[in-house]
Amino acid sequence: MSTLMFFIGVYGFLTRRNLITILMSVELILNSVNINFLAFNRYLFPHKLDGMFFSLFIIAVAAAEAAVAIAIIINIYRRFSTINVEDVNEMKY
Amino acid sequence: MAANQLMFILFSIIIVTFSILTVTSRKILRAAVYLLFVLVSTSGLYFMLNYQFLAAVQLTLYAGGIVVLIIFSILLTSHISQKTEPVGWKKSVFSALAAIAGAVLAIITILDFNFSATLEAAQEVSMKVIGRSLLSTGEDGFVLPFEVISILLIAAMVGAIVIAKKGGPVKSDSSTLNHQ
Amino acid sequence: MINFAYTVWIPLIPFLMFIILGLGGHKLKPKLSGLLGTTGLGIITILSYITAYKYFFATPKIDETFRTLLAFNTTWLRFTDELHIDMGVLLDPISVMMLIVVTTVSFMVHIYSIGYMHGQKGYERFFAFLSLFTFSMLGLVVATNIFQMYIFWELVGISSFLLIGFYYTKPSAVAASKKAFIVTRFADMGFLIGILILSFNTKTFDFISLTDPNGLAITKGSGVAFMGLSVMTWSMIFVFMGGVGKSAMFPFHIWLPDAMEGPTPVSALIHAATMVVAGVYLVARMFPIYAFSTPAALEIVTYVGAFSSLFAAIIACTQTDIKRVLAYSTMSQIGYMMLALGVSGYGGHEGLGFMASMFHLFTHALFKSLLFLGAGAIIHAVHSNYMTDMGGLRKYLPITHITFLVACLTIAGIPPFSGFFSKDEILAAAFHHNKLLFAVEWAVAGLTAFYMFRLYFSIFWGKDTQYHHTPKEAPYTMTIPLIILATGSLFSGFIPFNELITSNGKPFETEIEWIVAIPSVIIGIFGIAVAWVMYRKTTDLPARAASFFNFLYKWAYNKFYIDELYIFITKKIIFRYIASPVAWFDRHIIDGTMNSIATVTQVVSFRIRKFQSGQLQKYAFVFISGALLLVILLIYLWR
Repeated sequence: MSTLMFFIGVYGFLTRRNLITILMSVELILNSVNINFLAFNRYLFPHKLDGMFFSLFIIAVAAAEAAVAIAIIINIYRRFSTINVEDVNEMKY
Repeated sequence: MAANQLMFILFSIIIVTFSILTVTSRKILRAAVYLLFVLVSTSGLYFMLNYQFLAAVQLTLYAGGIVVLIIFSILLTSHISQKTEPVGWKKSVFSALAAIAGAVLAIITILDFNFSATLEAAQEVSMKVIGRSLLSTGEDGFVLPFEVISILLIAAMVGAIVIAKKGGPVKSDSSTLNHQ
Repeated sequence: MINFAYTVWIPLIPFLMFIILGLGGHKLKPKLSGLLGTTGLGIITILSYITAYKYFFATPKIDETFRTLLAFNTTWLRFTDELHIDMGVLLDPISVMMLIVVTTVSFMVHIYSIGYMHGQKGYERFFAFLSLFTFSMLGLVVATNIFQMYIFWELVGISSFLLIGFYYTKPSAVAASKKAFIVTRFADMGFLIGILILSFNTKTFDFISLTDPNGLAITKGSGVAFMGLSVMTWSMIFVFMGGVGKSAMFPFHIWLPDAMEGPTPVSALIHAATMVVAGVYLVARMFPIYAFSTPAALEIVTYVGAFSSLFAAIIACTQTDIKRVLAYSTMSQIGYMMLALGVSGYGGHEGLGFMASMFHLFTHALFKSLLFLGAGAIIHAVHSNYMTDMGGLRKYLPITHITFLVACLTIAGIPPFSGFFSKDEILAAAFHHNKLLFAVEWAVAGLTAFYMFRLYFSIFWGKDTQYHHTPKEAPYTMTIPLIILATGSLFSGFIPFNELITSNGKPFETEIEWIVAIPSVIIGIFGIAVAWVMYRKTTDLPARAASFFNFLYKWAYNKFYIDELYIFITKKIIFRYIASPVAWFDRHIIDGTMNSIATVTQVVSFRIRKFQSGQLQKYAFVFISGALLLVILLIYLWR
């Protein structure tokens, strides 16, 4: 199930044009991974709690990254007055 | 076990459906709301797995913090009623191909593998245990990742503030460069 | 055992002089550079004489044979244990003799050049090149192995190129130097092939092993046969081809007359006394192989020599440029030397030809360089090269006159001058081998006397030409070498060569064979007489003789059109059919390939620059596809 979620996130990442929706897809991906970790931890390694902690850290990292991403998006909006990912293409040939 | 399985299936269906809706919905705000539902369902899944702390954290951080942040930025950067334009055919077809191929591949691999699920009772994860593990060195300790994450969070905060500042030191630097 | 290791300095001092004069020459005053070059030569001349004295008279002989000594031998390039190229100094009778010849003549030429080249632009360059040439020739002469000889052979070719083209602003000089270099280089290709075949079959480069009568090279004589001749014969023929080029034998002689474009001291040094005898020296060096294993090659040597001497003598009778007459005379005399080697056997009286050839080499070096230096004095005085502009010079140039006369008498073979003795030995050797060859060479001797005295009488007697300004005798620096060389020509006939330089190192007895000596003197005098009648006073006899021999005269005057033949072959055939297609191939296909690689790269890069689109999602797409592909590969290949 997490696999499905992962790849749905991937599809969304590749398809969407709005930067924010891309960010949302990324969150989807991260969450899928989290679920994966927890499931493995629960069913395969009951004694250790590594998976849980790792998931905790992933959530923390995701939060940080989302914050920074939003900051960047705001900056891009100021500069280009658009947040279509196709228009932010100055790093081309 | 049957109740568990049923709940799992229910949650899974909700998650998958809403995630598909997230990535394909035309209106951004709707997508954000769908995301919210996905995150809440995920935390429900965590509750089911007996990871209450994590579920709570997920709800707080993700559902509360991040989605709020996303909605704020949506409101800041676009009209509410603006639709996202349809994506070109080529892009979505290719991406779908890639995604489906990947999914198929992964699922085949997973199904091939024999997971031996143990049927032991899950350990009770109490807060005391969590707290102790987070700060202890040694085999069960996670103090190193803990510290690293704290640094990461500080960096993220500082970075976000610097980037999002209006004007700021970046602009004045470039003007001095121009004068030279 | 007397130590000869100092002989390594004999080639090295001129090399040092070349470096000093070449690099710093233009900073020195001209006179100083001339003196430096000459002093260097003087030192090595003295060293050579000491060496010769020690070798011939102070070193004890084994078995009454002069030993071959390796004064110095180091391994220069080592490829494997067996394959290595050495550099060193080999002393044996002929190399010591050549040391003397080369250093003496070069020394005389240096002294002469101080006067002749005085005030000319490039004075220092001249002496630097002279030193370079001397170094190369000495290195060739003392080579211990055939590869070292080849290296110095090429060096000699380069020095000759530089010296012939010394007046590089004159197009004819440039063309001449190019011609010399290309023709000799072409011949050297044959030489190299010969070296390779030879060393492949005998597994060595070293002269001592190659020429050892009991050694591998000779006993393996007729190995694999190829087209009727053994491999050894083929290799010796190719080696001889190199000698033919360097020594200006037919058919590679075409460069020698044109090489007279260089300054006269150059002609004296290179084209009379030293470089052109390199071919003869080569055959002499490899003589045991020629004598024992490849008599067929030796036959070829004989006939090439005989034909060249006749051919050149006929042409020389018609030329009017005095230097060209001398050039053809050189070719003719070298033909004599080759012939003598060809008819020789090995050991004792059989080896008379060998000894005679070396003897003639020695005396020829002296009198031919004397002739050229004298011609230089004449040209210096009259400012023209052509006999037709000269006449009656005996009044104005006394010293030159006398020395020139001595040289002419020598070359005509009149006793007691040295030329008589050496030429006589050659004729005797030919007589014993093949009477027809003897007859031809006897006729050539007569022709030689004739054309040399034609030259002499036309310059010094003949008509009384009015000159623009009175010709002056040459300065001391030019006349002293003339006198020294004339003395040498007079007396060197008495050196007992038969005791010193023989085919196998053992001395043997010779005596004058009257049956050969008397006819040779008679024909010499006859030639002189004919020239006297025709040229001493201005008559119309030459013109009548020319019209009598009309057809032959025209052909001889134009050098038998050999040059034209070569130009035809190269321009019409080689250029058109071989060189042009190759050039086309090079331009279109090879360059085309390179250009197309560049063009393809450019086009491809233009097309794929869209990859760098700056669009995030495209990047991510590529990233994911790549990852998927890798995963598929990994999974399915590992199963």
